[in-house]
Amino acid sequence: MRTILSRLYLILAFGFIYLPVVVLVLYSFQESGLPVPPFDGPSLKWYDDVLGDSDVTDALTHSLLVAVGSSVVAVILGFLAAYGLARYTFSGSPFIRLLLIAPLTVSYLIVGLGLLIVLTRLGLGLSLVTAGIGHVVINLPLAFAIIFASMNAKQENAERAARDLGATEMRVIFFVTAPMLVPAIAAAFFLSVTLSWDEFIISFLLTRFDITLPVEIWSMLRSGLSPRLNAIGSVVFLISVAVVLILEFTVLRKRHL
Amino acid sequence: MTAAVQIDSLNHWFGSFQALKNISLEIDSGEYVTLLGPSGCGKTTLLSVLGGFLKPTEGNVRIGAKDMTLLPPADRPTTTVFQDYALFPHMSLRDNVGFGLRMAGVGKLERHRRADEKLKMVGLVGDGSRRPHELSGGQRQRVALARALAVEPEVLLLDEPLGALDLKLRRTMQDELKVIQRQAGTTFVHVTHDQEEAMALADRIVVMNAGQIEDSGSPTQVYNQPATLFTANFMGEINQIPAQITNGQASTELGQLPATGIPDGEAILCIRPEALCNKGKGLDLMPAKVTDATFFGTYVRVLLISSDARGLTLSAHLPPDDIPPIGDCIQLSVSASALRFFLKDRE
Repeated sequence: MRTILSRLYLILAFGFIYLPVVVLVLYSFQESGLPVPPFDGPSLKWYDDVLGDSDVTDALTHSLLVAVGSSVVAVILGFLAAYGLARYTFSGSPFIRLLLIAPLTVSYLIVGLGLLIVLTRLGLGLSLVTAGIGHVVINLPLAFAIIFASMNAKQENAERAARDLGATEMRVIFFVTAPMLVPAIAAAFFLSVTLSWDEFIISFLLTRFDITLPVEIWSMLRSGLSPRLNAIGSVVFLISVAVVLILEFTVLRKRHL
Repeated sequence: MTAAVQIDSLNHWFGSFQALKNISLEIDSGEYVTLLGPSGCGKTTLLSVLGGFLKPTEGNVRIGAKDMTLLPPADRPTTTVFQDYALFPHMSLRDNVGFGLRMAGVGKLERHRRADEKLKMVGLVGDGSRRPHELSGGQRQRVALARALAVEPEVLLLDEPLGALDLKLRRTMQDELKVIQRQAGTTFVHVTHDQEEAMALADRIVVMNAGQIEDSGSPTQVYNQPATLFTANFMGEINQIPAQITNGQASTELGQLPATGIPDGEAILCIRPEALCNKGKGLDLMPAKVTDATFFGTYVRVLLISSDARGLTLSAHLPPDDIPPIGDCIQLSVSASALRFFLKDRE
């Protein structure tokens, strides 16, 4: 009885989480023009439609560019900050650590608005670069926290050995510290990519002519429900799942290192 | 390659704690020196100063003819075998061993050849492409040694290199270390708290205590003629007997014993357990009663209590062929050369 109840609970919980996605994906294969029951598919015509729409494919490319670009920057900055704070103690270093993580608690809307005001004041035009800057701001604390948490005495001892064998500080980081932290660095990178990929508010506030996919979806939503949106949503979901799977199979596998 | 090391009046403070007190030491090139002492005696601090990981508050370190006191580890002709090995987990053994050569700009082929050569020297033939996590503790220790020797340092520093190994493996590695040191001709400075390890390996043992050098000499010298009571105690089991010296004669609970050249006053007489015998050779001591006898294979450790009322306990290592029954009274004797006196105020 207990096992049946706990099984039921499990099914309900996962159903609650995944049912919306299942419905979304299902109605992306709808034949008629409205993504509502009854299901009359399957048909790939909406996929054909959106993948032939240059607005959508451009937005998709832009999103990938912003996600990868901002994640690379966030991870590099996060790694350097973590290295510095882990290896050197100086007055105020706990405070700096706090300042680095604090942006996690600020809502994306506030971050976006703040950046919008600053960028407008500076006279910088809004573009994919400004959206990327926004994403670095939100992803840097995360990248820093993940990498900092996995730095320990093991790397420090290996670094000491490398210096003893004649390595300069740059080479110590390049040949020893960074390779030893690859799991953490990759986890930070892929997490940043998925967060940036889905992010709407900052992208919406900080882009103008070239827009990212979530912003494109939002503008399409204004003209009402359509299986086109389901098709785009499914593509977005597929890419996110792919990133998570890459993370799972490459990085988290190497736990024993 | 090999070089002499000269340490000149080294002092080091960690905050208000003085870890090294006026250390001066000369190490010959090609010598195998062990720094021996209890934990916290400053031996690892001294090794860190030699390796360049720590800048001493005062004093100088010269390696070869050059002053190295302020040089960072990378610029010194020293390498270290760390206690925790500190191997690079993401590199193959060949790349681990070749790392120092890579930093020195040695080409890949030459690097691999020399790395394989060093791996062979430590008995890891054909394992070059394996990763450190596939190895046992003893094998990792060998890789760490090969890595440190691959750059042909003038001085090799070993920080309790055998501390993490089990006893049997430790003894095997000791023999190998000695052979490797002879082969390489490099000066070895080896930190340990195990006096047996120190005696097995060293040309010279430097005994340290509370940041100071207590004694320095060959294993036999440090063991048989320790300079201080601390050294006598640390190098192995010893019987300490209070003595009163007057005119070159010591009066002790064991009887009157010669103490030629020792100034008058209160002293401690030290006798190693193996110097006591029951065969009547040398000076006769007071008879003593056997309270316990334990067989150790090569000797019998006998605990005795002196037969007078004061109840002095003695430990003697007697030949294993005749185990005295408990409760027996035996006549102990000792050779005059085995007596060591330390004046009370030295402690």
